[in-house]
Amino acid sequence: MAYSDKVVEHYKNPRNVGSLDKSDPNVGTGLVGAPECGDVMKLQMKVNPETRVIEEAKFKTFGCGSAIASSSLATEWVKGKTVEEALAIKNTDIVRELALPPVKIHCSVLAEDAIKAALGDWKKKQGEAEAKPAETSAASN
Amino acid sequence: MAPKLPVYMDNHATTPVDPRVVEAMSPFFTEKFGNAASRNHEFGWVAEEAVENARAQVAKLINATPKEIVFTSGATESTNLAIKGVAEMYREKGNHIITQVTEHKATLDTCKRLEKYGYEVTYLPVEKDGRINLEDLRRAITPKTILISIMYANNEIGVVQPIAEIGKIAKEKGIFFHVDGVQAIGKIPVDVQKDGIDLMSISAHKIYGPKGVGALYVRRKNPRVQLSAIIDGGGHERGMRSGTLNVPGIVGLGKACELCQQEMAAESERLRGLRERLKESIMSRLDETFINGSMEHRLPHSLNISFAYVEGESLLMGINDVAVSSGSACTSATLEPSYVLKALGVGEDLAHTSIRFGLGRFNTAEEVDYVADRVVETVTRLRELSPLYEMAKEGVDISKMKWVAASDSH
Repeated sequence: MAYSDKVVEHYKNPRNVGSLDKSDPNVGTGLVGAPECGDVMKLQMKVNPETRVIEEAKFKTFGCGSAIASSSLATEWVKGKTVEEALAIKNTDIVRELALPPVKIHCSVLAEDAIKAALGDWKKKQGEAEAKPAETSAASN
Repeated sequence: MAPKLPVYMDNHATTPVDPRVVEAMSPFFTEKFGNAASRNHEFGWVAEEAVENARAQVAKLINATPKEIVFTSGATESTNLAIKGVAEMYREKGNHIITQVTEHKATLDTCKRLEKYGYEVTYLPVEKDGRINLEDLRRAITPKTILISIMYANNEIGVVQPIAEIGKIAKEKGIFFHVDGVQAIGKIPVDVQKDGIDLMSISAHKIYGPKGVGALYVRRKNPRVQLSAIIDGGGHERGMRSGTLNVPGIVGLGKACELCQQEMAAESERLRGLRERLKESIMSRLDETFINGSMEHRLPHSLNISFAYVEGESLLMGINDVAVSSGSACTSATLEPSYVLKALGVGEDLAHTSIRFGLGRFNTAEEVDYVADRVVETVTRLRELSPLYEMAKEGVDISKMKWVAASDSH
């Protein structure tokens, strides 16, 4: 399988690898995927509660090169965006940016889900109603 | 000293053709290019003689007689011929076949097709070590069983089945015994008499011969096995396999067998040493690594390791100057994880983290050291990226977690 240069670049030099403090009220944590599927992404974001701007983002991923690249790219994109702007990121944007082949599209979908899950978690912590409760409900395997 | 890159360590998938085999084959492309079935001129006779010579070389490696060797386009065809050939020829006698779950797709898919035609197939399970249970085999036999098909050694995990014991049971019950010998022949001693084998699939490109040629051993005495051909047209190979013989390929297969015959003992010891070196070097430097399949009953040059919390394809990407393969779903065309590992009871999460190493004639100690270093380096780096490793280190029991599946994935 030939990887695009961008996927290889993110794989070799992933951006924003690491963890934020889960217990910080301004940090939203999204954990999506499943080990049995071979893809698990953890995405965390620190959001400024007044400006609603994402100030920091970190990720960790168990998955193939495309999954790692998709989640690394996601952390790059969300930084500096508002919560609403980040929620508008579509997996198709990721596919285009990384030139993902059809068989790897699901990696981009997981990254989009991770963004929504992390922000959903942040919103919950702020006491906000979630726009789409289905995204962050537990255990739908 | 860095070895020549990229390093090839995927010898279960295929092997480079030994230069001595290429040399033996060459004249048969340009000067001695006759059709072995041309009875009336020297071009034909020369080709025929070369084929018969090769036939003897193949037979000698497995302790068969030359008349018992049928040349084919490869082991997949040989397996199809063996199973379908027996099924059709002996359909009055019975319609039940016994095989097992970790067989190569050539066997499994052929059996699935026969099931569509009304044959019954029992797929024996394997134990954690990858071997079948002989009692399960005995219990599965019925008066309508006409064939048992069990591979000598598995291509993914290298585990060796109790072939001689199975041969004894088959003989006792008067059932034909077919063995997919592809991964074992030329690597460990295989003797159709001692092991009680009636049919055996052989592949050239797994033993440093060319792709596109193989053979089927078909027993002529005690008992005599007859087969219905699956390819018609000319009656070549005693009516068992029509089609002009691939003379250069067959010469190559013969030469490859001869070389294995001569070098197998020393080579398998050398490769066992390299395999142990690779295993030690990797497992002594990494925690949470697991060998898949029995170490005791295993090909000397084979290793299959799961690296917990690191997905296989990302690992392969990180060691991109090393050629090995993985049981991860991401590396398969169908996005399903290895059915062989699943049959061993390896959890799907660990199946995704497995890497198969297949050492071969042309691998060196420098290559083994290089590969071990790259693997350790890459696994370490990827574990830094892994949320599962982080959770495990925090003491979270991952198996108890509930996961949110991605909305549209898989």
